[in-house]
Amino acid sequence: MSRRLPWAAMARMTGRRTLAAVPVLLGVTLAVFAVAAASPFDPVKAYAGTAGLTASQENLDQLRANLGVDRPWPAQWWDWLTRALQGDLGDSGVMRQPVADVVAERLGWSALLAATAFLVAIALGTGLGVLAGRRRGGLLDRAVSSLAYTLEAAPAFWLGLLAVWFFALKLGALPAGGLTDTASDTVTAGQVATHLVLPALVLGISQLPWFFLYVRQGVGDALEEDPVRGARARGLSERTVLTGHALRSGLLPVLTLVGSRVPELITGALLVETVFSWPGIAAATVQAAVSADFPLLAALTVLATAAVLLGNLLSDLLYGLADPRVGFDG
Amino acid sequence: MARTAARPVRRASAAILAGAVALTAAACSNPGGGAGSGGPRDSVVVGIAFEPETLSPLLGYGKDGNSKIFDGLLALDAGMKLRPALAAALPTVSPDGLTYTYKLRRGVTFSDGKPFTAKDVVFTYRTILDPRTNNPSRTELDALGDVRATADDTVVFTLKYPYAPFAERTVLAIAPEHVAGRQDVNTGSFTTRPVGTGPYLLTGWSRGEKLTFQANPRYWGGAPAVKKLTMAVVKDDDVRATRLRAGDLDAAILPPNLAAGFAHDKAKKTYTATTYDYRTVTLPTHNRVAGDPAVRRALDIAVDRQTMVDKILEGAGRPAYGPVPTDSPWFARGTERRHDLAGARKILDEAGWKPGPDGVRVRNGVRAAFPLWYLSGDRLRQDHALAYASDAKKAGIEITTQAGTWEVIEPRMKTDAVLAGGGSPGDPDFDQYLLLKSTLGGDGFNNMAWYDDKTVDRALEDGRRTADPAKRKAAYDTVQRRLVQNPGYTFLTHIDHLYVVDDRWETANGGLTTQVEPHDHGLGSGPWWNIEAWKPKNAPDGQPQSGGTSTG
Repeated sequence: MSRRLPWAAMARMTGRRTLAAVPVLLGVTLAVFAVAAASPFDPVKAYAGTAGLTASQENLDQLRANLGVDRPWPAQWWDWLTRALQGDLGDSGVMRQPVADVVAERLGWSALLAATAFLVAIALGTGLGVLAGRRRGGLLDRAVSSLAYTLEAAPAFWLGLLAVWFFALKLGALPAGGLTDTASDTVTAGQVATHLVLPALVLGISQLPWFFLYVRQGVGDALEEDPVRGARARGLSERTVLTGHALRSGLLPVLTLVGSRVPELITGALLVETVFSWPGIAAATVQAAVSADFPLLAALTVLATAAVLLGNLLSDLLYGLADPRVGFDG
Repeated sequence: MARTAARPVRRASAAILAGAVALTAAACSNPGGGAGSGGPRDSVVVGIAFEPETLSPLLGYGKDGNSKIFDGLLALDAGMKLRPALAAALPTVSPDGLTYTYKLRRGVTFSDGKPFTAKDVVFTYRTILDPRTNNPSRTELDALGDVRATADDTVVFTLKYPYAPFAERTVLAIAPEHVAGRQDVNTGSFTTRPVGTGPYLLTGWSRGEKLTFQANPRYWGGAPAVKKLTMAVVKDDDVRATRLRAGDLDAAILPPNLAAGFAHDKAKKTYTATTYDYRTVTLPTHNRVAGDPAVRRALDIAVDRQTMVDKILEGAGRPAYGPVPTDSPWFARGTERRHDLAGARKILDEAGWKPGPDGVRVRNGVRAAFPLWYLSGDRLRQDHALAYASDAKKAGIEITTQAGTWEVIEPRMKTDAVLAGGGSPGDPDFDQYLLLKSTLGGDGFNNMAWYDDKTVDRALEDGRRTADPAKRKAAYDTVQRRLVQNPGYTFLTHIDHLYVVDDRWETANGGLTTQVEPHDHGLGSGPWWNIEAWKPKNAPDGQPQSGGTSTG
């Protein structure tokens, strides 16, 4: 008597959210263009690099016109939007490549990093959270909780530098950065795996405290609820009590957390990819931002916004599935 | 079943996970090609601090030569003398200095097998001159009026005005018309997947991480003995030093304090490249204090350059008195300034700048004070700025140092002093014209001090319009002597560039060499400027020779 998934309700919710995403995305791109235009960063200077320091003003003005950044930003935004809707994302000034190529080359590596880090955070956070929640105030709980609060306060880039210093410089055990060994120009799975360890661990561990603290709280509270007390009173084994009763309700908050951590994961990836020279999309975002590279910045912001909206949708869907009382009306 | 809810959750998350894994696996294709296996000796990994913005010569890459992937018509040897590269000989110049004729080397092919001809040269220069091409270095070819091919192997450049250093500009890398001419010059794939005539082929470029090269077996100068070359982009100095020590890198550029850590390492050698890389303080003509000739002259001798070299550069550099370094043949002997604090005070006293109650001099109600900006995050410039302010204070001039990005500094350059850096070796015209010519005041970052001196203006024009070496030397001597009387800048130091290299390679003439280097040292500088001429040390005979690229 396994229950069928409520596909229709889930599809309706997805459809509603997709419609709501359109104005959000429009607003976000508009804001990106406005903020980039207001920032002191000059796309022409960024494009010219050191050559700009000896270029004549005429040369620089010509560049400004060629790059199309001499026009007011609403016009640039409208141009970008109409072209993007026709599938042309424009050319990135700072990368000197079509934006679509930049995204295609880098998205996979970012997804790999973020997915691995997320798995690390969820697995470690849930595991430790359950153990700590079972015996609140115990040695493990106190040790891990205080560590979690410290990690919560530690910025990801600082953790990254610390990890590079310890594992790469002091121990020499893991590579300090990049995707493959320096001397290698082929990308092999083995090399990527060793190069992935540090960035994924750092990014995962920076997300870990939230999962750990939520699970710890959830499991701990659930263990004090009436159904659990009843189960214990009926003489059920501790194992059955934990897996059958406490975890079911104790892990629910984690589901919402999965979605709501996506923005944090993206900002964390910005810093981690930069520290570890990971050739992903987040590192490109930083470069696009400081260079006021409008087309690239807009495309990447749309991607990030879409990821956040998708994360929210995902967590709501999961929550609806896990707790039928919530439903799919949101 | 009791656990109805848990199942779908698990199923859904498994599906999402599988989707994510499939997505990443599909995206993880290798963009670069596979290279041949290389022993440790015919493979070199070099650590550099900055990577090029583009690899297209049409957008400015390789304009100063040593581009690895491309060649220019001419190239500079170890002694910074011009020698033919894609040209068969040095150009013939018409008596009026307006026409340069180059005969091209025959039998040269691009790495895709197509022959190199005069068409490619004309295409390269014409594309760069085209205003629609986003080349920020176009100004360097300002003198060039037209370029045309008069035969398959002859190219004629016509100048708008006589420009003596023009031949130095033709070290610029040549792009193939049959590849680059068929795509968008600014964003086409050629900008990241170049095809050239040079000693190396690009096999991969992971931005912000590394560039990998493979020897070009058909290189016209002979196939390089170093078969595989990797340029690792490592921004952080400490990380670069550590990776060099760990053996991950074979060579790296390092600041003096980190290079000193390798001084006792017998397996590594340190190379010091002298440079045109100067640090200077602009003294804006439109500032009431810094624009005063007496203040300028006082600051020029109040500053203790030798101490800056010893303390800030740890000895790796030399005092600078102008853009031309003291060890250059173009340097005007006798224009060295002695550190003379008493003399500086005397100049200020005589000019009417009298010490006020707080020790800062005052004249007609104007305090001898002005701000000095430096690029935030640049330790070297910060140290120079602080030392300069402290030296000025002793003479009674109050300089407030302030950090900022170029976006903050640029609008203030007309009236505020800036700690600037620059330097292009090759010809005395390159730096001095841009820094000192009055008509370039406020033109981009050229002549940031709005320096304006009739004698200097005239001498600068004389120097670039005549090809006679003696007349040119006299003109640039005039400029440098005039700078002693009316210094619009206080030049502080020329900075040496230090490189540490595993002692496993040599060239036909013995050890590795360095050229005189510019401020902006990308992958073309350092001992690997001629890596195509490197051979493993004690290599058995019969190693491929590296003909036309021997060091001079």
